[in-house]
Order: sequence, then structure tokens, then C-alpha cells
Amino acid sequence: MLKRAGPVTHKNNKVMIMSVNALYDYKFEPRDKVENFNGMQLVYVQWAGHLMFCAPLALLVKPDMSFRALIDDVLKPAVAAHPQSVKADFLEAQWELNGESFTPNADASLVDNGIDHKSMLVVTTPGLDGMFNTGY
Amino acid sequence: MSQQLVFIVFQDNDNARYLADAIMADNPHAEMQHQPAMIRIQADKRLVINRETMEEELGRDWDVQEMLIDVISIGGNVDEDDDHFILEWN
Amino acid sequence: MAVKNKKLNLKDKYQYLTRDMAWEPTYQKKEDIYPDESFEGIKIVDWSQWEDPFRLTMDAYWKYQAEKEKKLYAIFDAFAQNNGHQNITDARYVNALKLFLTAVSPLEHAAFQGYSKVGRQFSGAGARVACQMQAIDELRHSQTQQHAMSHYNKHFNGLHDAAHMYDRVWFLSVPKSFFDDARTAGPFEFLTAISFSFEYVLTNLLFVPFMSGAAYNNDMATVTFGFSAQSDEARHMTLGLEVIKFILEQHEDNVPIVQRWIDKWFWRGFRLLSLVSMMMDYMLPKKVMSWAEAWEVYYEQNGGALFKDLERYGIRPPKYEDVANEAKHHLSHQLWTTFYQYCQATNFHTWIPTEEEMDWMSEKYPDTFDKYYRPRYEFLAKEHAEGRRYYNNTLPQLCQVCQVPTLFTEKGDATKLSHRQIEHEGERYHFCSEGCCDIFKDEPEKYVQAWLPVHQIYQGNCEGGDLETVVQNYYHINIGEDNFEYVGSPDHKRWQFIKGMAPQQKGDDQAEKTVQKPNAA
Repeated sequence: MLKRAGPVTHKNNKVMIMSVNALYDYKFEPRDKVENFNGMQLVYVQWAGHLMFCAPLALLVKPDMSFRALIDDVLKPAVAAHPQSVKADFLEAQWELNGESFTPNADASLVDNGIDHKSMLVVTTPGLDGMFNTGY
Repeated sequence: MSQQLVFIVFQDNDNARYLADAIMADNPHAEMQHQPAMIRIQADKRLVINRETMEEELGRDWDVQEMLIDVISIGGNVDEDDDHFILEWN
Repeated sequence: MAVKNKKLNLKDKYQYLTRDMAWEPTYQKKEDIYPDESFEGIKIVDWSQWEDPFRLTMDAYWKYQAEKEKKLYAIFDAFAQNNGHQNITDARYVNALKLFLTAVSPLEHAAFQGYSKVGRQFSGAGARVACQMQAIDELRHSQTQQHAMSHYNKHFNGLHDAAHMYDRVWFLSVPKSFFDDARTAGPFEFLTAISFSFEYVLTNLLFVPFMSGAAYNNDMATVTFGFSAQSDEARHMTLGLEVIKFILEQHEDNVPIVQRWIDKWFWRGFRLLSLVSMMMDYMLPKKVMSWAEAWEVYYEQNGGALFKDLERYGIRPPKYEDVANEAKHHLSHQLWTTFYQYCQATNFHTWIPTEEEMDWMSEKYPDTFDKYYRPRYEFLAKEHAEGRRYYNNTLPQLCQVCQVPTLFTEKGDATKLSHRQIEHEGERYHFCSEGCCDIFKDEPEKYVQAWLPVHQIYQGNCEGGDLETVVQNYYHINIGEDNFEYVGSPDHKRWQFIKGMAPQQKGDDQAEKTVQKPNAA
């Protein structure tokens, strides 16, 4: 076992998380805590198989906005450039929230849907899987 | 991979051409490639630059450290003294 | 008969003028004079084992550096006086220089500061001397790069405020966070990260693309800078190799620590170099070689030989090198399509590659270009021609560690993002890959405080809620000049004027009118 000067390792969610070796007590507040976003929160949305959007979209949203509003007012306009977006029915699609299968309640708020700060949503629209057979 | 290449790359200028000639003379197993504005010499495991050979080529006294002016890149462990500059892998 | 004066030989001269200038302290403790040397867990038993392969004393240093400087500045003058900028292959090339000046030159300055700092922290005189000289070299590089580029700043856009942009612009947090991570580490990690990993293992993947790119595209100023700097780099490379061997030979306890650093800094360096991959394949009108070829020669072959050499110390090649090796077929294309869609917010232009360029890429990337990427460009070209030049109006998710958008794909499946996420102390964190996630898990406190540009915009810390205000007021990117599509840009028009080309054809006018500004985010 490697011996290190400094804080001891600790376990977090069964994942081995080590600590920084430092000359002093090296502890910092996370820079992206929800309190820093002026009453808003972050959520990331990826339309799987549509790499025309190179990475998941980072969205600044109201925690109490409805899921439906997230789709209609934020997501749909954000992906409008894609030819398949017109046909996409995101409310009837397959969703994952933070890596787990998820059935959204369209009229409940993000918070009530369990979509907390910096959550990751991935939507799959079967039958609409991007262009050129390569998920673009 | 059986080959372990050491290499040295020089600017392709009037001075470095003498260096390249000296190196090729002293390292029969070496290979020289010309690329735009660069001369690359590589060999399996070892390359040596001898001050004496350089002085013969140049027709003047020469310090091994002078090669630093024209070198672009090297690969291998360096051993340098008054008489040689050696590149090699163990 | 002439009598030759007796001269000290190289080894003795070096010994007298460096090592023998050091002394053993008598009224202060060594641990108090060098307080940063042991906290990393690295054990140095015998500093006298440190070998400086280039036994450079100050007088030799000044002599050779002065000679290089004289030659260099004479060429800068000639270049400026003769309007050398008019001889480049095409003005699209200048975008490579915009990327270089904002993303690389500030790193030279950061290296100057970093080596100055660690040069004070080692109790071994040989290490202090080497770091001191490298610090001056890096300052030299920072200055000479700015001089090399300054002539272009008179004639093209995007080069006017590099230092300001480096601290703020979204994609420049990639190089900035890389170097800040290294500089906030201890002295031994800094040397492993920069001297070994960056200046030795990966250096050719930075310098060859830019400097050969300059040579192939008739940029005499940058070529000359490059050659002048590379001779310094040869010394830096040997320092990197010397450092790693010295540390590994000093104590067996150092081996696992160094291995962890090699893993971390290979991966961080690889991610940083993704910016260079797209420059190499897309920004050079006359191509040098493909990124895939460069990676194969400079990492897989050269790195292979190196790590074979280090086997006997118990060091293995870096973790996830298999991922990096496979990624060479995709990297540049994924990066270029990313910057294509976000160049409303960059200090440089992007464009669709020509047919000829795409044919070159089909040849260089036989398994991937025609399957995945050519169709994208044909689609985007059609969109542009029909008045819908594609810009992504939504900010992307960034990786918490490397700070690149999480655009990378899984090894073996280029249709699937290699996104990872974890929870740490009640907060969620996102990563582009297993590699970056591992780095976070090893030292979470370093990365929870990361200044992620997208999040900072959303927190309201970048002078505006809409992207346009951020780009103009916070980034100092001049909208309609520095950013957007190359075709129809002021740089493009200036180039056509320089080359005495006919006024724009009907089609070009069309293209210009349809270069739309995106809606506010």
C-alpha cells in the first residue's frame, strides 16, 4: 500500500477517492454549487445519436419549471437546426436521468421529477437516430 | 518492436550540413532523411558525434556544445563531454 | 611554435561553476531552506547523482543564446520589411497562429513562472541550475512568439488581446487549467508533468504540427522562431528524461508516485493536444502530415521506445494510451466539427474543407473519414449554401478536469459519447472520459474548484447573460471581425485584395449575406 504524507484516503459510494497531498489543509468549496446560480440550476441534456450537437447541452433553468416547459421552451428550440427535430416527440421518448432509466412527469417541476442541480438527462427517440447511420 | 531508434534533427543550413556529414561518416548504421528545412538522422540504439571528425569536416576548431545552435530535436539518452555527443537507448 | 593555453574540460568547468557554487548550510536547517521538497513523498537520497547532460555554464548559455537571438530578430525584421505575410499559402492559415498565440504562448509564460518557482525549491544545485536556465528559455519563447506573431496582428484579426483572452475565453481554459494544475502541484510533480510528460513525451506533437505547418505554408517568421526555440527544446527534453530517471533511481518508493503522475499527465497532455490535432488537419492549406500519422510516429513509436527503456525501473506505459491510440482516427474531425459550430465565440474562423482537402482526409483516414465525417461536411456545406450556416446556440457541457466540451466518443464506437459522471460530497461532476474521471477521483479537491467557463457565464460572472455580450465585452472578441465563418470574413476579403483577386462573384456575395449571427443564447 502506497504511503503518503497528508490526508488519508476515504471511500465515497464504494468508489476509491484519494486526497490531495498538500503542505496545508487543502479544502475548497465547489465552485459550482447551486447557490452560485442566482436561484437557477444547471441541467444537461443529450439527444442520443445526434452528434450534430457535439456534446450534451448545458442549460440554465428554473428548478420549478415544468418538464414540459423544459422540452417545449428550451430543448426543442435548442435542437431546431437538426432536420429530425421537427418530427421528434421528446415527451414520448425514452429518458435516462443520471444514468438510470427515467419516466418524466411532464407537468411536474424539474425538482419534483428528481432532476436536481447538474443532473444529466439523455433522451433517445427510436426511429429518429441521427443522420448518415452514424448518429449525427 | 525490436528496433529502438535514437535520432537527431538539425536545421537544414550551411553549418548543419557538415554536422550531418560527420555523423554519417562515424555511424555507418545510421539513416539520413531530408525534410523541408530539416535534416533527420536516426539509428538503432546509438548515435555518436565526434569532435575530431567535425573539425576535419569543418576545417576549424569546434566545440561540441556548438551543435546546440542548429539542433531541432533529439531522441535518446544524452552523454556529452569535450570530445563526443552520444545518443543512446539502454 | 604556438603553445595551446590549458583549458578546463567541459565536465570540470561545469562542476566548478555550478555544483561547487553550492554549500552545506551551517546555521539553518535544509528542511527550512527547501520546505517543499518532501511533502509529495518523493525520496532523494543523493543529489550528487543528478547528471546534467548538457553541461551548460552561464557564459556558454549567453553566448549561444545571443547568437540565436541575433539571427532570429534579423529574420523578423526582414519578414516585416518585405511583407512576408503576403507569401503565405492562404489567409486561412493565419487561424493556426491565432490559436497558437492565445493557447500556447501564454503557456510559455506560465512555464517561465513555473520553472522560476521550482528552481528555488530543490536542494540539489544541478536541478536548480537546470530549472533556472529553462525559466529563462521559456521567457524567451514567450517573447519571441509574440514578436513572430506581431506582424500578422497588423494585417489580420483575432490576434490583438491574447493575454486577456487566455484568462477568460471558454476553450482557452483548456490550456490554462492544464498549466495551473501543474504549477499548483509540488516541484517533483511539476517536473514530471512538464519536463517529462509535456516537454519530452509529447513535445513533438505540439511543435512539429505548428512549426512544420509554418514551413509548408510559407510563414517564415514562425518557422524561424520554431527552429530557434527547438534548440532550447532539445535541452528541455534531456532535462525531462534526466529528471524521470533520477527520481526513479533514487528510491523504489518513488516508482508508484511517478507512475501515477505519468498516467495523469499523459492523459491531460493528450486532451490538450486535441486542439492541435484539428489545427493540423484543418487549418493548414498545405498539409504536413495527418494527426494520425504524427501520433503514430511521435507517440506510438518514439514513446514506445522510451517506455521500453523505462521498463527496468518498474514503469509501464501510461494508462489509457490504448484509448488515445485508437482516437487518432477521429480526434481532429470531432474537434473541428465542434469549433465549426461554436466559432461565433472564438477569436478565429472556421470553414468547410475543400473537396481536395476532403480527398486528402479520405486517404489519411481510410476507415473513418468517409464513413463518419465527410457526410457531415457535405450536409453542413449544403446548409451554408441555403442560408443556414450552422451555429450551435446552446453552451456545451464541459469536462470538470480537462475542460474540453464532453465531445469525445467511446473507444470502438464513434457514435457514443464517453461521458462519465460521479457524485462527490453531495455535488455532481461530469467528465469526458474514464481518464479524466480517474484524475478527479485521485485528487477531487483540486478540481471541485475548477473555473469552468460555461458555468461562470451562467453564474453571471462574465459581464452578460447573453453570449454576444460575453463574447464582445468579456472575451474582447470583436464580433463580425474575429469570429464566425471564414468565407466572407474581413480576413478573407483582405486576402483577396492582397492577392489582387477579382471582386467577389455573385455566389460569394450570397454566402456573405447568409452568414447569420446566431440568436442570443
